[in-house]
Amino acid sequence: MDFQVVVLAGGTSKKLVPLVSKEVPKALLPVANRPVLSFVLEQLELSNLKDLIVVVEGQDAALCVGGWISGAYADRLHVEVAAVPEDVGTAGALRSIAHHLTAKDILVVSGDLVSDVPPGAVAAAHRRHDAVVTAMLCSSPVSGPSDLGSSGGKDKTKKPGRYNIIGMDPTKQFLLYIATGAEVEKDTRIQKNILRAVGQMEVRADLMDAHMYAFKRSVLQEVLDQKDTFQSLRQDVLPYLVRSQLKSEVLVNSASQAPPEENGNEKNSSLNNHMTLSRILANASMPNFHELYASDHSGSSPVRRTHKCCAYIASNSSYCTRLNSIQAFMDINRDVIGEANHLSGYSFSAHNNIIHPSAELGLKTTVGPYCMLGEGSQMGDKCSVKRSVIGRHCRIGSNVKIVNSVVMNHVTIGDGCSIQGSVISSNVQLQERVVLKDCQVGAGFVVSAGCEFKGESLARKEK
Amino acid sequence: MGAQKKGATRVSEDADALSRQPLQAVLLADSFATKFRPITLERPKVLLPLVNVPMINYTLAWLESAGVEEVFVFCCAHSRQVIDYLENSEWYSQPNFLVRTIQSHDSVSAGDALRVIYERNVIHGDFVLISGDTVSNMLLTQALQEHKERKKKDNNAVMTMIIKRSKPSPITHQSRLGTDELFMAIDTSTKQLLYFEDKADHSRGTISLDKTLLAENPSIVLHNDKQDCYIDICSPEVLSLFTDNFDYQHLRRHFVKGLLLDDIMGYKIYTHEIHSSYAARIDNYRSYDIVSKDIIQRWTYPYVPDVKFCGNRATKLERQGMYRASEIVQSCSSQIGPFTVIGNGTKIGNDTKVSNSVIGEGCTIGSNVSIEGSYIWDNVTIEDGCELRHVIVCDWVILKAGAVLKPGVVLSFKVVIGQGFVVPAYSKVSLLQQPTVEDSDEELEYVDNSSGTVEISSIRGTADKLNGEMTSQSSETHESELGSGGVGYIWSICEGGHEEEWRHSIAPIPADKLAEITQTTDDDHELLTQDGTALPPSGELKSDSFSNLSEDDEMEDSKDDSAYFEKEVEATFLRAVHENVKVEHVILEVNSLRLSYNMTSSDCAGAIFYSMMKLSLETPHASASELLQSATNVISTWQRLLKSYLPETDEQIEVILKFEEMCLESGKEFSPLFALILQHLYDKDLIEEDAILTWANEKEGADESDKVFVKQAEKFIQVRNNVNIFYS
Repeated sequence: MDFQVVVLAGGTSKKLVPLVSKEVPKALLPVANRPVLSFVLEQLELSNLKDLIVVVEGQDAALCVGGWISGAYADRLHVEVAAVPEDVGTAGALRSIAHHLTAKDILVVSGDLVSDVPPGAVAAAHRRHDAVVTAMLCSSPVSGPSDLGSSGGKDKTKKPGRYNIIGMDPTKQFLLYIATGAEVEKDTRIQKNILRAVGQMEVRADLMDAHMYAFKRSVLQEVLDQKDTFQSLRQDVLPYLVRSQLKSEVLVNSASQAPPEENGNEKNSSLNNHMTLSRILANASMPNFHELYASDHSGSSPVRRTHKCCAYIASNSSYCTRLNSIQAFMDINRDVIGEANHLSGYSFSAHNNIIHPSAELGLKTTVGPYCMLGEGSQMGDKCSVKRSVIGRHCRIGSNVKIVNSVVMNHVTIGDGCSIQGSVISSNVQLQERVVLKDCQVGAGFVVSAGCEFKGESLARKEK
Repeated sequence: MGAQKKGATRVSEDADALSRQPLQAVLLADSFATKFRPITLERPKVLLPLVNVPMINYTLAWLESAGVEEVFVFCCAHSRQVIDYLENSEWYSQPNFLVRTIQSHDSVSAGDALRVIYERNVIHGDFVLISGDTVSNMLLTQALQEHKERKKKDNNAVMTMIIKRSKPSPITHQSRLGTDELFMAIDTSTKQLLYFEDKADHSRGTISLDKTLLAENPSIVLHNDKQDCYIDICSPEVLSLFTDNFDYQHLRRHFVKGLLLDDIMGYKIYTHEIHSSYAARIDNYRSYDIVSKDIIQRWTYPYVPDVKFCGNRATKLERQGMYRASEIVQSCSSQIGPFTVIGNGTKIGNDTKVSNSVIGEGCTIGSNVSIEGSYIWDNVTIEDGCELRHVIVCDWVILKAGAVLKPGVVLSFKVVIGQGFVVPAYSKVSLLQQPTVEDSDEELEYVDNSSGTVEISSIRGTADKLNGEMTSQSSETHESELGSGGVGYIWSICEGGHEEEWRHSIAPIPADKLAEITQTTDDDHELLTQDGTALPPSGELKSDSFSNLSEDDEMEDSKDDSAYFEKEVEATFLRAVHENVKVEHVILEVNSLRLSYNMTSSDCAGAIFYSMMKLSLETPHASASELLQSATNVISTWQRLLKSYLPETDEQIEVILKFEEMCLESGKEFSPLFALILQHLYDKDLIEEDAILTWANEKEGADESDKVFVKQAEKFIQVRNNVNIFYS
């Protein structure tokens, strides 16, 4: 498959402070004790998409990510890691690696996507329609997978800005309208000429742009070159392509017909000319309104140029979430060892949990279902772990309660601690009788004995 | 809120009766439109023959078959004719099908009609609302069932609209029935109608869906491919709603849109889509043509010419969709083409060709006539060698030998076309003269509809007379209009000038017209995307592009407003000058203008000053000094008026700016006098030095070109400055 994959792995996102740091960029945050990036890479590998460019913001972060990838995927994938300056936006990131892009189509995936939707299906939908862009859509998290955690659900309904308003044709293959960000909160304005061309458009508010796009390379590069103010793929490039699909300003047709190897297209277009006339006469339902629109001319004026924007809608049962907030981080960790456990790649014990054989448990210590205990971790007596992930080589004292939390690697937890709804980063030390509720503790932080925190973010001061 | 209560109590009373209530229908035997003029000046639209059967019969026959037991026929224009027709028809003698007429003479719209029906208090349950020009064969049971079930669950579900798929042409933006394209938003699961736009505003390239719509309904479908069949199933509340909202006139434009916009009462409208059955309303000549063809091609079965449903004589269906009545005299050499209906007692001469046409009863058609795609009503005489393409010819028309009717022509009753005369395309010919006072506002046209009835009867007498002694009179009066021996007036094309003729004509749209529109629509799109009234294709203005747009719109509006305001103030001022109105009165008038246009007092000051200067500019003057003289005169005379709008420095600065603008644009003659007039204003205490100095300061940073007048006034400003320094 002539597809090149660009994984936008981000850098050290401010939203995820204090969990991320120079040593742990966003892409390497552990989800069920694996870096989140591995979920995307695994899916790509499954779809046989092996030609990858991983784009990381910031030189240091790129080094970390590159180091991990070369260790983990050396023989399996052909990966290049590229560092881009911070704050260039997704469009800027693609601009700066433009010279690496050579394939006919580019699949752009966000590195924080945890999903079981095969990227190959998106690529295939893209190819099938000879589209300029294909976006993967999944159902919005409100009605989606995260409603099992009540706190998570509530938190997300407060941020409806994440969702999109999507307009599609009746066959649900073409993307006719997309509103993102602040536009979602305003009145929806649908272009009449698109509606006229397609006849009937379904407008939905329950779908979300999952940040996986397939682009035609020539078009993507042209847009990025011409519109140098475009910052973001999601907010600028995609809406632009969708809006202008019946009045294309990009050289799709000429570009696609120029190279001789693409004679499939030419055949297609001549076929279309043949077919459209009969379709007009029949006034029949049209599988492809673009060609019809382009050709409903009586010869006198130049043919309208159109391009196609497609959508691939993930089925309701599939899991699809992005790790772009602390809440999402916790939700995903919980889901991957719980409800969406097929993603984790681990096999579960009879108790529906994963305890590494090398982990040691004290007397009367219980690890409930949907929990994970990493390699070499030790737990004292009378501990209780519920719906939590505990990383590698942690030392946990006695009488410790861990509920709904994520504990990363090499964490030391003293006796009598109680941790609820919190994230404990690597190398943290919790002394005796610490009580944490809904807290995030940054890497290497030391919480002194007997402290109680609620809903706080604790981190070491930057040196 | 009174309405809701009223509706609610009515329903609770009727709740039990509802199930036992016989199904009623309201048939509007008046379209409250003028699209079928001039024919409808003489005969009501519902009695016009559609494939040789008056239209109302199709509607009544369908209502009967759909299980309606009681029909109220609402007659307004030509009510006598409708009632007479119904009384003589078999509809009055049907068992289980009660036809009653309701007569009204002062109704000018469907809204009025429904208000009259409400007052009569005859509707007791759900009813079918239909106009008498609708042809359908759909089964009503399912739609009615759905409506009743919805009504049981939600009392606010007052209406179910029947829709049908029909994609409008992408070029002309009209459906095949010639109606305007329709934009609707429908909830996918409940089929609730959420948005309705029928008189589409082509200048606006987008549809704006309110944000609350999507918040409440996760998935809605926008339709551009549906056609409104104008068949509605209504709950009795609809009538009371019309009574409560006495300004509702049009069923769709006012009632449907009003309910959709009004979220206080929460009334809901639902849709029911029909797929295989037929429903269409004859709204204009084009739909008359299309529906006739559909009838001939049997889409409306059982309402087709060879099935006797009511008021039609049996005809025989032959191959290729030819229907011929039994008693036809047809020459062997004549050729009758496919999809043609020929009525009883019609004679057709040698070598005459007829195709895709309907010919009524008792017509006499000569030799070598060619008729294509035309509708010829009863008792028409067509002499030899005529040529008719895509025309409507009403009863008793006479075409003299060799007359040619170009596509789109409509000949009203008893018109005579002279020998060899060529009637230009799209002309409408009638014995009645075109009403001269033609108001383009459709609502008002209804009024002279009813007055037309009176007028007609009187003219009719003369028309009959004309017929009798045609030879003597017509040769004098109408020879120039319709050839020698012709009788009638050609109505000027494009009445009211609001809709182009070809859109609604019988004739197919000519190819060159199509090409032309394609071109212009393309240009339109170009324009739309460039000036940003539509979405800019370039995404530079991303999320806030919308707010920018609306601001632009507002700017535009206020610009317009201020221009109007200035004009009004100027007119007021001139009137004051010429009629010696007192200053107090002028102030009063300007104040009221200011309030109605929502302007500030500085706007008033600017506008008044502008009109004063314009007045002096318009007074004849030979030289600059004379102009200065007249300007100072005007200022002195009206200084009290001006002064009352110059209480603060801001207003005074506005006046200076206005003057400056004037000197640059409309009144260049003032430019050399700028400093002198400024001095004068200052001397008269109209403008204080603070204002002048602030103005000069503001201009400090401006372009050189902008500072011309500051320089002129420099001397003056310097003096002022010095005085200031002196005092301080």
